Amino acid sequence: MRPVRFNIHPKEAKLETAVSMAEAPNGYSGEGFFTAKLSDVVGLARKNSLWPLPFATSCCGIEFMATAAAHYDLARFGAERMAFTPRQCDLMMVMGTISKKMAPVVKQVYMQMAEPRWVIAVGACASSGGIFDTYSVLQGIDQVVPVDVYVPGCPPRPEAILDGFMRIQDLVANESIRRRNSEQYKALMESYGIE
Amino acid sequence: MSLTNDRIKERLIEKFGASVSGFEELYGLLSFEAPKEMNLKVLQFLFDDDELKFRFLTDLCAVNYPDDKGRELAVVYHLHNLVDNIRLRFKVFTDIEQPDVFTASKLFSSANWMERETYDFFGVNFIGHPNLKRILNVDEMDYFPLRKEYPLEDQTRIDKDDAMFGRGGTIV
Repeated sequence: MRPVRFNIHPKEAKLETAVSMAEAPNGYSGEGFFTAKLSDVVGLARKNSLWPLPFATSCCGIEFMATAAAHYDLARFGAERMAFTPRQCDLMMVMGTISKKMAPVVKQVYMQMAEPRWVIAVGACASSGGIFDTYSVLQGIDQVVPVDVYVPGCPPRPEAILDGFMRIQDLVANESIRRRNSEQYKALMESYGIE
Repeated sequence: MSLTNDRIKERLIEKFGASVSGFEELYGLLSFEAPKEMNLKVLQFLFDDDELKFRFLTDLCAVNYPDDKGRELAVVYHLHNLVDNIRLRFKVFTDIEQPDVFTASKLFSSANWMERETYDFFGVNFIGHPNLKRILNVDEMDYFPLRKEYPLEDQTRIDKDDAMFGRGGTIV
């Protein structure tokens, strides 16, 4: 007998087990109402609908293509909507060697993104310059933009990129909705000369 | 009869006498040098001569020989005769203190970007070049990175152990 799906699964699929649902935040519920912290609800909505901006310059970008394709499927995390305009995106994924000549481009793309925005540096080159310890290569994109998550590897496997993405989701879910207005955040932006 | 390296050498000596020198044949590739003031005369002759017909500039680059005083920078022209399928290398040497060489961009349009690249990395000043500015490196760069006096590694890093990464001093 061929091991087709219905040999090992019941013919009547249970919808509630087949669909992945986001867990409700902590709160109080009663008949007809539910109360929770606003930041939790906002975080829940944001983290399950991150729009990535792939900034892929080399081999890490190829790993990202695998990550976004059917087998590893970044869409499971609500991030299937890649956009190639920074104005619509929440998450800049910098993957690959950034030369010094490219650095202003990275910064400009970051500045074109609307708040709230996150940055993930994928791979050794984006994180630290990697093996390219040379005059022409930027030694880590954190010299020009603030980075939230670094994914090590040369290049990292798609699982590692997914892990980095899930850590971004954790950051997004737990971020205070006031963070982007805080003094510390302003000081951080000023230290990069942004706004 | 197709063109041979010996015939090219003969033609060059016939035309320029003792000015062309340093003939050598490495792996069958003819190579020679001339004073830098004569680079355009030699290139023009190689281009125009009905027998030589070196009308394609494959590559143009520079080499830094820091120990060769007064001849620290070599500008190397790789030429190709597409009719007889023969290549040659032609070098001119210049002092690094005054790295002025006449531009070949009037003769070969392809020399335009290659001379900009050579300027970018070695600081060779191509006299008469229409747009001599950096092409690959950032505009703000204030040195010529492929000259041997500059280390390869990025000098802005402070978080790498110099001894382990071969930057700065010697490994003890």
